[in-house]
Amino acid sequence: MEGPGVVWYLGLAAFLFGTGAFGVLVRRNPLIVLLSLEIMLNGANLALIAFARHSASAAGQIFALSVMAVAAAEVCVGLGLVVAIHRRKIALDVDALSELRG
Amino acid sequence: MLLAISAGGVVVWIVWIAAGFLCLASGLAVVSFSNPFYSALALIGNLATLAILYLLLSAEFVAAAQVLVYAGAVMVMFLFVIAYVGPRHETPWASGPSWKTLAAVLAAGAILVEIIVVIGLKAGGRLSTSPKVGSDFGTPAWIGRAFLTDHLLAFEATSIVLLVAAVGGVILGAHTRRRETETATPVGDAG
Repeated sequence: MEGPGVVWYLGLAAFLFGTGAFGVLVRRNPLIVLLSLEIMLNGANLALIAFARHSASAAGQIFALSVMAVAAAEVCVGLGLVVAIHRRKIALDVDALSELRG
Repeated sequence: MLLAISAGGVVVWIVWIAAGFLCLASGLAVVSFSNPFYSALALIGNLATLAILYLLLSAEFVAAAQVLVYAGAVMVMFLFVIAYVGPRHETPWASGPSWKTLAAVLAAGAILVEIIVVIGLKAGGRLSTSPKVGSDFGTPAWIGRAFLTDHLLAFEATSIVLLVAAVGGVILGAHTRRRETETATPVGDAG
């Protein structure tokens, strides 16, 4: 394979995953938490596709496409929740949404 | 011949470094912008640079799906919801680093170090060489054949997941709308 090897892609994927995890942990706006989740999923997708290229098999790309569909489903439900929260005039802050806390 | 191969490798390296740098920078921008609208726009750039990396890994269909599904459909939905909810500035960095920020940096850094150590120590030698792949690797026909033969269960399960998510989205939206009309009816009668 010309150019960078799989290890470089895996390092980049690890950085993306760490960035997304940091955003999920720090940010309080649920919209930005969802966006950071997308970064985490894309880091995992990059690693899957790098491994698919490394082992020359279809399974990694199939897995990545399934992750994409699950991410679309997650965004659908997550944005529905955000809109429902906004309609009930509750503050959009993941720290304020603590009613179900045990 | 050798010169041509090395020149192609240099071009691939340049594209990889540019795309990787833009990918990391836009990822950090998503996390650090205070306006969610700018964060969503930065995520579109992040997804586009990831599609370039997928093309370098000869995953053509996944790159096209990434641009169409993610950067197209999902991000349009995000931008619509952000516009509906309204701009909501959050200033996470205004009061200096809190203990939460420090803990988050530690947790994210721990994940990062763990992944890099695992890659470097356990699998570094085995990952250095990749096999050559045919020209049909990653094409839509190849993906479709794999989806409908070996991975049929994943294909069907994906359709069920998307159906359930669509029903859930409709229910989440319609429930609150009914409540609003119920509370709004007495006002209409009085008027």
